Amino acid sequence: MIEVQGVTFSYPGTTVPALENISLIIKPGEFLAITGPNGSGKSTLARLLNGLLRPGEGRVLVDGLDTGDEASLVDIRRRVGMVFQDPDNQLVAATVEDDVAFGLENLGLPPAEIRQRVAAALEVVELANLRTRPPHRLSGGQKQRLALAGVLAMEPRYLVLDEATAMLDPVAREEILQKVLELRREKGLAVILITHLMEEAALAERVLVLKAGQILLAGPPAEVMQQEEKLAAAGLKVPVTVALGKGLRQAGLKLPANLVTVEEMARALWKLASRK
Amino acid sequence: MLIELGQYIPGTSSIHHLDPRSKLLGLLLYGIALLAAPTGMAASLTGATILPVIILAGLAPAFIWRQLRPLIVFLLIIFIFQVAFTPGEVMAAVGPVRITREGLNYGLLALARVFFLVLAAAVLMATTDPLALADGLERLLRPGQRLGLPAGELALMLTLALRFVPTLLEEAERIMRAQVARGATFQGNQIKNLMPLVIPLFVSAFRRAEGLAEAMEARAYRGGQGRTRMRELHFRAADYIFLLLAGLLAAGSAYYRLRFGS
Repeated sequence: MIEVQGVTFSYPGTTVPALENISLIIKPGEFLAITGPNGSGKSTLARLLNGLLRPGEGRVLVDGLDTGDEASLVDIRRRVGMVFQDPDNQLVAATVEDDVAFGLENLGLPPAEIRQRVAAALEVVELANLRTRPPHRLSGGQKQRLALAGVLAMEPRYLVLDEATAMLDPVAREEILQKVLELRREKGLAVILITHLMEEAALAERVLVLKAGQILLAGPPAEVMQQEEKLAAAGLKVPVTVALGKGLRQAGLKLPANLVTVEEMARALWKLASRK
Repeated sequence: MLIELGQYIPGTSSIHHLDPRSKLLGLLLYGIALLAAPTGMAASLTGATILPVIILAGLAPAFIWRQLRPLIVFLLIIFIFQVAFTPGEVMAAVGPVRITREGLNYGLLALARVFFLVLAAAVLMATTDPLALADGLERLLRPGQRLGLPAGELALMLTLALRFVPTLLEEAERIMRAQVARGATFQGNQIKNLMPLVIPLFVSAFRRAEGLAEAMEARAYRGGQGRTRMRELHFRAADYIFLLLAGLLAAGSAYYRLRFGS
């Protein structure tokens, strides 16, 4: 469980806090999306979860370990894995397998175990055949899968994706998302998806919408996405499916109000059509 | 764009298979032998012991020539200066220039030292994967850690450089195209012509460094302390033989100097 307790955070040299009095609990195995416009504090919140940033006020506890406690940081970072936006800035080694090994080497694991975990992680992200290739000769999607493997090898309980798909083309984006969701199902990994795409956020069990460092909305996507005015005021657009559902209801179709994903919409329309 | 750093030529020869630590130590011992050799002839004979290594490594003469070609002019200048300006027993005179026996000896000595040392370093680079080289360097420097020598950090810096040189080259190319599209020209040798390339490249490199530091920290990096390595290094029989031979060469050369040298 990650507990964010009354956290306020300001970057040095700024007067307006980037986050203000945020409280939040992330349960093991949960799928949480954090969204919001640029500058709303979503990346700042992500960096508070693994102790890259320490709260000015309040505390962040990861399975009971305080991120303000220097001695716990290695343990916290093993538990909370993070994949960043720019694939080129998070790969540190000159070959694929050495990069996966980097985190494990930092944990001080014995070489035999490192090799075994590296092989397993590369198998999971389907990069085993490229293990001796230098990272600059991978595609964008392959680079992000490699970054994911580097984190997975550390066997985290929580996976934070900080706009990890933002620089990818739609096919690669879908690939990464599906891989992450598959891992969540298989390993019970909690996924914290930081995204500015409402379509992506709609896939989560719970959505947190930030605006100017505060929680604007929180709840299941079906509920959050109904708050069209509040979202619009924050500069966010509801997913196309939600807008479509609303339009169709106004036009007189009897559709339920909680349709968020394309699949749900398709099923509801199908049901409606077959009733006639 | 595909630029590989160093001149590593992958291969399966017995020299390729030596432990990187043996090759680094071997180069050190070879250097000691060259410096200890008291005469031009002794240094040349000492230096010639690299030949069997080159043959075993299967390096082509054309490759060796490419490595040494930039050095030729420099070597000739050293040689000519030594020959022309060392006083001693005159052997021949060309106009006002006197060629002395001592001059020839020192000229040959300086030439042999630089030539063979560069050659040996080129052979090391050609037969050793840069990553293995960084690993070997780290292991060799590890005893110095207790004296405050950051062996792990040095090796990490080396691998980060290997990792990012191609990325930065790609970026330089992208910036260059972007600037050309905006009407910049990169012709001419003036520094100011390069500014539209250099400044954005630096800005982006610093931004990358910041992101990289963050990503490394997120993956539990906290300096060299308590870090283990996936790659393990092993000395084999060939390594012991190689080091023994290199040790004998250095010892022999030192003995020769003490016994017969000036």
